[in-house]
Amino acid sequence: MNDRERILGRVRRALADVPHDDPPYEQAVSRDYLTEHGERGVEETVELLAENLADYRAIVHRCTAADLPATIAGMLTARGSKTVLAPPGLDPAWLAAAGAEQVADRAESTPHELDRVDSVVTACAVAVAETGTLVLDGGPDQGRRRVTLVPDHHICVVRVPDQVVSSVPQALTRLTPTRPLTWISGPSATSDIELDRVEGVHGPRTLEVVLVSD
Amino acid sequence: MSGTYLGMPAFPKAAHEAVGNQTLRGNLRHATHTIRGKRAKAVSEVSDWAELREAGKRIKDHTLRHLDRYLVQLEESVTAAGGTVHWAADADEANRIVTELVKETGESEVVKVKSMATQEIGLNEALEAEGIRAYETDLAELIVQLGKDRPSHILVPAIHRNRGEIRDIFEREMSEWGRPAPEGLTDTPAELAEAARLHLREKFLRAKVGVSGANFMVAETGTLVVVESEGNGRMCLTLPETLISVVGIEKIVPTWRDLEVFLQTLPRSSTAERMNPYTSMWTGTTDSETADGPRTFHLVLLDNGRTDTLADEVGRQALRCIRCSACLNVCPVYERAGGHAYGSVYPGPIGAILSPQLRGTGSEIDASLPYASSLCGACYEVCPVAIDIPEVLVHLRERVVEGGPVTREGNKVVLKPAKGHAAERAAMRAARWAFSHPGALRTGQRLASRTRRLHPRTLPGPGSAWSGTRDLPAVPAEPFRDWWQRTQGGKGGAK
Repeated sequence: MNDRERILGRVRRALADVPHDDPPYEQAVSRDYLTEHGERGVEETVELLAENLADYRAIVHRCTAADLPATIAGMLTARGSKTVLAPPGLDPAWLAAAGAEQVADRAESTPHELDRVDSVVTACAVAVAETGTLVLDGGPDQGRRRVTLVPDHHICVVRVPDQVVSSVPQALTRLTPTRPLTWISGPSATSDIELDRVEGVHGPRTLEVVLVSD
Repeated sequence: MSGTYLGMPAFPKAAHEAVGNQTLRGNLRHATHTIRGKRAKAVSEVSDWAELREAGKRIKDHTLRHLDRYLVQLEESVTAAGGTVHWAADADEANRIVTELVKETGESEVVKVKSMATQEIGLNEALEAEGIRAYETDLAELIVQLGKDRPSHILVPAIHRNRGEIRDIFEREMSEWGRPAPEGLTDTPAELAEAARLHLREKFLRAKVGVSGANFMVAETGTLVVVESEGNGRMCLTLPETLISVVGIEKIVPTWRDLEVFLQTLPRSSTAERMNPYTSMWTGTTDSETADGPRTFHLVLLDNGRTDTLADEVGRQALRCIRCSACLNVCPVYERAGGHAYGSVYPGPIGAILSPQLRGTGSEIDASLPYASSLCGACYEVCPVAIDIPEVLVHLRERVVEGGPVTREGNKVVLKPAKGHAAERAAMRAARWAFSHPGALRTGQRLASRTRRLHPRTLPGPGSAWSGTRDLPAVPAEPFRDWWQRTQGGKGGAK
């Protein structure tokens, strides 16, 4: 008998007490919890997102679509970034005003090459206001998971209000499970030394978020 | 290396040594009190906490009650998404599978995401024996690994170390494992974290094989979820060509939607945050055109005592555990004894019920664990999936004292009563007799009430050790049943 049959056999024997008419999943699971905490208007939800992002030490900017290229260019200049990585599907206009040299993420580029990139600019799939979370789903304007991981500076652009939801339950309904998903809430952090929170261990040490409205 | 649990003394002895260690007690007290306060605040932000807790409990219970079905469904989903599923009945089998998978890649080192399951099976040691070096990449796990130490907490394994100790470990050991600690390293957490970043980055960037566990596996979609803070998890799950995840069979949730419950309760219960900095979700492998992450993915489903735990109708609720560690931080016993005293990778209240079930109560340490508690109930109170830890503790105490039928490695066996519990066993037997003979109980209680002035304040004989540190409970002037009879006139049917 192989381990698969052995384990499944043990599970079935262990569950001999469970009746055949045990309630099915739909009845067994109660969902009396909320799908949103508190009542907010659209603008208040965006404001909550900004607050919660900042609370976890992300740097939040707000601008209009027309001002986005100048805003991004200003952030890269302030950081002193000489190179910036843009995913293949990113709107070229976003980086039109940037002085930094643009680097493409090629399938064959090594992690070491990515490590030499100063900044990365991406869009996101959805942002969660109640938790201050950005979710990337590997779409063409967000790139592969590693591009937002290895460089030390990540600029993430969120279109408000249409990419913003209130809560985790609302976010999950907007996402496709089979895509590679990364949920980001603030920059990399650790509390492993005497529970003192330190920002920046292995992921980007600086996370800047631009909330863009039309 | 001191990382073994073999030959661990029983809990009372190990705890006795730990409570004498001033530094350890100070470090633990600071840490548990800090996180306890933060957690209470994070939970109070969510007005529907009770409903989320109930939903989490029910999802997990339902899954456990139909685990065979969900395991098969998960296997199908992962396979359909391009992953390969392996089954491991015990630690040896899991270690053998992982070792062979690493060898097939031709590599001799792996980077690891912090994982309780791989610690439970002693994977690092098994790989080491085969000439494969496993690098722990979580900062706390790195501290433990470099310090040739054992983890003492589920979430923050180096909680027993203070910054000065960590600095000394880095200075002394980092050069043995790769990039040495920077010159003139101080003990500020920011500098220590930076030293870890530099030390580990060279390993991440060259790693070809990653090894992880998972917080959740979705049966419906085959999606695996890892929740973390530092980004080391993202590194290990993203950069290597091959990813091997070793996951306990109880980590399944049926549907994608179920994550909405646990992604709200886990971060708030564990790190007291609204959301942890990073959560990675992956489903098998992606095709070459949009290649994102490892090209090869192996999932090793681990039993190692879980099906035996499942066979115990009272104890199986321990398998609901999502490893948040909230119960450790509120436990008065853990706070004083520290994690090492539990002699298991699962310390604290959850460890006291999980370890003796996963491993059986055969060893001295496992037989002592159900007693490593004051039964105050704080652990049950904070548990985000409502595991009634005190109930299981009492159940396991009875098993240790009385013996009885249990399942070990899938077989039903009858356990003998543990040695050294004769007095307790006699007391239990007497109690059972008294409770099944109401007349005798009534007479005994009345007698006790009427002679209360004559009762000693300490127990004689072997009981003196117990009453030496406790006050004996005072006997009331009147038994409850007499009081009830007198004030309620026996309404409601006391016979």
